Amino acid sequence: MTNHTLIALVENRPGVLNRVASLIRRRNFNIESIAVGHSEVPGISRMTIVVDGATTAVEQVRKQLEKLIEVVKVTDITQGSIIIRELALIKVHTTAATRSEIMQIVDIFRAKIVDVASDSLIVEVTGDEEKIDSLYNLLRRFGIKELARTGRIALTRGGNGTD
Amino acid sequence: MKLNGAQILCESLIKEGVEVIFGFPGGVLLPFYDVLWQYPQLRHILVRHEQGAAHAADGYARATGKVGVCLATSGPGASNLVTGIANAHLDSSPIIAITGQVARPFIGKDAFQEIDITGITVPITKHNYLVLKSEDMATVVKEAFHIARTGRPGPVLLDIPRDVFVEEATFNYPEKIDIRGYKPTLRGHPPQIKKAAKLINEAKRPVIIAGRGVTVSGAFQELHELAENAQIPVITTLLGISCFPENHFLSLGMLGMHGTAYANLAVDSADLVIAIGMRFDDRATGKVSGFAPHAQVIHIDIDPAEIGKNVKVTVPIVGEVKNVLRALNKQIETRTHVDWIDRIEEWRKEHPSLAIRETDALLPQYVISKICEITGGNAIIVTGVGQNQMWAAQHFCYQKHNSLISSGGLGTMGFELPAAIGAKVGQPKEIVWAIAGDGGFQMTLQELATAVQDNVAVKIAILNNGYLGMVRQWQALFHGRRYMATPLSGPDFVKIADAYGIPGIRVTDKVQVVAAIEKAIEHDGPFLIDFIVEPEENVYPMVAPGASLSQILEAPDEDIKVKAKPREISSM
Repeated sequence: MTNHTLIALVENRPGVLNRVASLIRRRNFNIESIAVGHSEVPGISRMTIVVDGATTAVEQVRKQLEKLIEVVKVTDITQGSIIIRELALIKVHTTAATRSEIMQIVDIFRAKIVDVASDSLIVEVTGDEEKIDSLYNLLRRFGIKELARTGRIALTRGGNGTD
Repeated sequence: MKLNGAQILCESLIKEGVEVIFGFPGGVLLPFYDVLWQYPQLRHILVRHEQGAAHAADGYARATGKVGVCLATSGPGASNLVTGIANAHLDSSPIIAITGQVARPFIGKDAFQEIDITGITVPITKHNYLVLKSEDMATVVKEAFHIARTGRPGPVLLDIPRDVFVEEATFNYPEKIDIRGYKPTLRGHPPQIKKAAKLINEAKRPVIIAGRGVTVSGAFQELHELAENAQIPVITTLLGISCFPENHFLSLGMLGMHGTAYANLAVDSADLVIAIGMRFDDRATGKVSGFAPHAQVIHIDIDPAEIGKNVKVTVPIVGEVKNVLRALNKQIETRTHVDWIDRIEEWRKEHPSLAIRETDALLPQYVISKICEITGGNAIIVTGVGQNQMWAAQHFCYQKHNSLISSGGLGTMGFELPAAIGAKVGQPKEIVWAIAGDGGFQMTLQELATAVQDNVAVKIAILNNGYLGMVRQWQALFHGRRYMATPLSGPDFVKIADAYGIPGIRVTDKVQVVAAIEKAIEHDGPFLIDFIVEPEENVYPMVAPGASLSQILEAPDEDIKVKAKPREISSM
């Protein structure tokens, strides 16, 4: 597996995302995605960073990130048993003729239609990147108007957490 | 006790043991300077350019082991600090840079002299703070000093808006702080130390490469013990110079691009490299894929991110050098390595890398060797960058621990004078020499006025060859002697010194060298000597950029007459 999933627990302070982004840029690390939100600990945010292990020394990314004072801990959870999810919103062009076919595809992927207009609908899908890619590829021939993806978030199965 | 932010800052600096601030005032700093007179314990030294303040704080920090403090106003004052902060960052020097910022309501409005200095310095500081409330000031200062001086030391910047200086708060200096994300590993992992000891005990051709980490953690004695007990030759990086006595028979001097041939050959043939408090800089390793091709590597460093960054490591040990060596030394068996040391002695004879050729011309190497002889190696040497730096590294016989201060990582020309001022302020009893080139000296010579105003008795030796010498050397060796943009005119440096009120001498002949150096040392105050040296002298030996350490260019044969560096002076 070339993609590595790093979990960085960081102080929730202004500028911390800038510090992380600045470090990634200046060290020339290749990042596939980065997703940030609150963690279960007050004052601590959780960043999920996906690193391309083929082009970047993942252990260097981990250790350089840990040097940042506001980064509390960085764990590479790739090797463990993990749940990976991403959410995507896809706005697809529709006509009367295509609408039902799109709805069937959405159904097969256990995705949801969250908005319907006369010439488009918005599909909400969660899953790993592969599933979202597959759905996206199937919907492309109908015409994609807009796509928004969150980037990967992940948790390890069982146990107590990344500590 | 209610104090304003400026007073809280001063009180906190005093709590941290600060005695000197190198600074330059400005609009937003007025409230700070307006309370500074209330704190005579804080000596303020006015520099002539903020870059000088940062270098002086850096020189002070390196010479004393304490945290250096510099101060600049917002906007251009802050941005002028940048080179000095970057310099301290790359050489792990603990400084606190304090900058004024526009008042809080103006932040983000592109106000007069506003600049995002915390944004600018993210990649060149260990950490930085924008202090948004005076009630946070004491804690921030406490954290900043803790971060700057512990672990792998480095610069920390505090950006303080003008109105925070005047805002009142209760002053309460925290006794303890706990930073969740900052817990340096100080003790080496025992199983790793055991593995390292086994490798050392089994090695046939071991070498130690000692870096600045030895000096920072004060592990001189521990290094000595390791080297002598196991009879392991000691090589230093540029910033490791003076952490091990160079007149010791196990000392091989510096490695790398301008290291001694025998140090480089020893690394090239070694079966074990024990890297201590160093970071495998490209100037030290040469072509990294060809570095120490037969060796297993033990790497001891306090910064986990340095392990495996450039060179593959067999046994990494994260921890403070002193602690790790203490634990390691207990498991080291006595060894002699006679064959190995004999082989190195052969190289030493075959390649007298530090020989100075016999000539009537005034050679820069000769100047350095005479400063060494006259001071007995007991001086603090602060260098510029380029040829002067390499000659100072090669030809001064360092007798005191921590006596070379040089811009190793960033390679900042003009570092020498302000850093020497800082070093002399920190170590007033020591003789401090700034070794400059005529190019770099012109970058920061305005600090001569600082030395005069505060009577900082630095001795300045300019190795004046009329070229940007190191670049010229590369042009000579690798670019067909096309001297594009390297011939350099300069002012009459003796007149410049005179204009600042500093006595100076021009030396054009070899026979004048000794008298000039003696006069400079005898003079009570700053003194400048302008040595007009051989213009196209090159630094040898040299490992060309991109070459391996075994591919050594030596001085052309006809130039060399053996004249060994003095090695008779007592050990440190």
